[in-house]
Amino acid sequence: MTGLQGKIKKLESTGAMQALMAEYFRELDAASRSPSGRVAWCTSVGPAELLRALGFKVYFPENHGAMLGASRMATDLIPRANALGYSPDICSSLTSDVGAYLAGVTPLTRAFGIQTVPRPDVLVYNTNQCRDVQDWFAFYSRELGVPLVGVETPRSLNEVTADVVRDLAAQHRALVPALEEISGTRLDIDHLKDVVASSYRCTELWRRVLRSARHRPAPLTFFDGTIHMGPAVVLRGDERAERYYEILLEELDGRIRDGVGAIDGEAHRFYWEGMPVWGKLRSHAEQLAGLRSCVVASTYCNSWIFEDLAADDPFEGMARAYSVLFIARSEAYKERYLETMVREYAIDGIIYHNAKTCPNNSNCNYGLHRRLTASVGIPHVVIDGDLNDLRLYSEEQTRTQIEALVEQLDGVDG
Amino acid sequence: MSRDAAPTGALYCGVDVGASATKLVLIDDAQVVRAGVVRPSGVSYAETTQICFVKALQEAHADDARLARTVATGYGRRNVEFADAHVTEIHCHGIGCFHWFHRAMTIVDVGGQDNKIIHVDDKGRRTAFRMNRKCAAGTGAFIEEIALRLGLQVDEMDRLAHDAESVVKLSSFCTVFAKTEILSHLRDGAPVSAIVRGAFLSVVARILEMGILDGTIVLSGGVIAHNPTIAELLADRLGRPVEIAPDPQLTGALGAALVALEQAKHPSPPGAGK
Repeated sequence: MTGLQGKIKKLESTGAMQALMAEYFRELDAASRSPSGRVAWCTSVGPAELLRALGFKVYFPENHGAMLGASRMATDLIPRANALGYSPDICSSLTSDVGAYLAGVTPLTRAFGIQTVPRPDVLVYNTNQCRDVQDWFAFYSRELGVPLVGVETPRSLNEVTADVVRDLAAQHRALVPALEEISGTRLDIDHLKDVVASSYRCTELWRRVLRSARHRPAPLTFFDGTIHMGPAVVLRGDERAERYYEILLEELDGRIRDGVGAIDGEAHRFYWEGMPVWGKLRSHAEQLAGLRSCVVASTYCNSWIFEDLAADDPFEGMARAYSVLFIARSEAYKERYLETMVREYAIDGIIYHNAKTCPNNSNCNYGLHRRLTASVGIPHVVIDGDLNDLRLYSEEQTRTQIEALVEQLDGVDG
Repeated sequence: MSRDAAPTGALYCGVDVGASATKLVLIDDAQVVRAGVVRPSGVSYAETTQICFVKALQEAHADDARLARTVATGYGRRNVEFADAHVTEIHCHGIGCFHWFHRAMTIVDVGGQDNKIIHVDDKGRRTAFRMNRKCAAGTGAFIEEIALRLGLQVDEMDRLAHDAESVVKLSSFCTVFAKTEILSHLRDGAPVSAIVRGAFLSVVARILEMGILDGTIVLSGGVIAHNPTIAELLADRLGRPVEIAPDPQLTGALGAALVALEQAKHPSPPGAGK
């Protein structure tokens, strides 16, 4: 097998996405510097709509963590947080972000000319993903003397019952008085409904973007998705995100119409389960393209589809949307979900990323991967690595395992 | 045709550049092994493979004009400049073992740096595989580290483990912690042979943790070649016999040579990517 480095086809929409992200970060920077500006830090699947409706500019530290990983700054910064007692075994997005704060550096400087991350007026978390986000924000609350509020979501749910939704809706409502005081703005419920409606439209567009990869050849890969999901993460509830995904969809529809795949000669279709290895996105994308293998779907990119957002009942809708997430669900639910994805996307094999510091996003530690292979009859591979800490990643082992999986699918053994 | 006779037809080369040793095998059209060379990989994979190739040609009483195709495998497979193609060692150990046993089996390759469990069906098709995690526990590197701590040569380890009259169990998963644990056992007066046998049992435990070993079990790789007692201990733990591939250290290189022969006979169409 030769020619294992494939060419990546860049989406033309990337320029528009980068311009939008630059605009977003510059607005945050300006708000942070303005005496009247209000900045809320929010976990990536936290109540962003509520914050936006109260006039906050919303900043997402997890997005910053991903940038630290993708720029390969993270591995050098993590030890600074370790030295403060934040273990190398906990979320490396947390430790790299805290490390960056301690070192006084940010990838925003190189990307957008912004010297520091925006200073928060309030920190708002939702523990639907993990406990780490709460501890992450608690660090900054202590460090910066900023109020910390949040929603505590039950996890490992098989069913999201009405009781769970009622409780979470109440927790969301309970945030309002404190947030109103900090923002100096009374919550206008009609404005919240408008923001939620926009967020829902964004989610629908993002869902269509991802579902375009059901087409063969797929017009985009998981690796494209990890980049182009930016607006769905940080600008949901803002109509500019909707406009961007309309541009992207037009390009993807064009690729489908013209029979253009995201990679040349798509022979195998993979599912990526778990976090990306942020510092190795390009390397993984090129290796798989060289093996004529397209990662067409992922749990990670799908995690920013919030189909339960409801403009007519915004609190119940947010409560449901942010608790039905894959990451907050039981193994049995996850198994059913993955079976559906394998069928819908005509998946040939699954790559599980067992991220050392993100057990909540690693779904190959309780036998699910073996059960799923038995039930759907497709092979899998488990790569041991991490989202940000490249000290936990073995390049050669990973490359060999991916290559061996493709050999198996190619049937060269037979 | 015996291996000693000079070959008259084409030769097919398989090179397995492992973390510790480089292995090179030449076979002929009839899949007969004409030469097999093992050499420490050293620091220059390109130079080492070239030396292995020259030695193999001498062993086969052949010149390089007879070389029809070369396939490289192993950790340094991309460094073999004269290779026509490269495939993974996972693939090659499967091919190499099936060549000898021709049945459905579970292959356990204990390598210098990593371990693999490979399942193949009765047609020789790989159905699943698993590599160890990013940790040297249970690999050849573990045995080398223990030898270093005990002041032994690596080639003394197998005899000591085999002849040991007692065993000291090492409970640590981690190689570094195991070495610390050994210090404690030495202080307590444990015989060195018992510690070595305990280290071998630790390798067996790591193998068993990797996955289910079902059907015929075949061991391959350099660690088994030099430490066959591990196979005995594994069979003892499983309560049934295990097989060792002939020339186990050469299994990967043999698999690569068989792939070279197959590719030469049935070249893939352009763009097929094989």
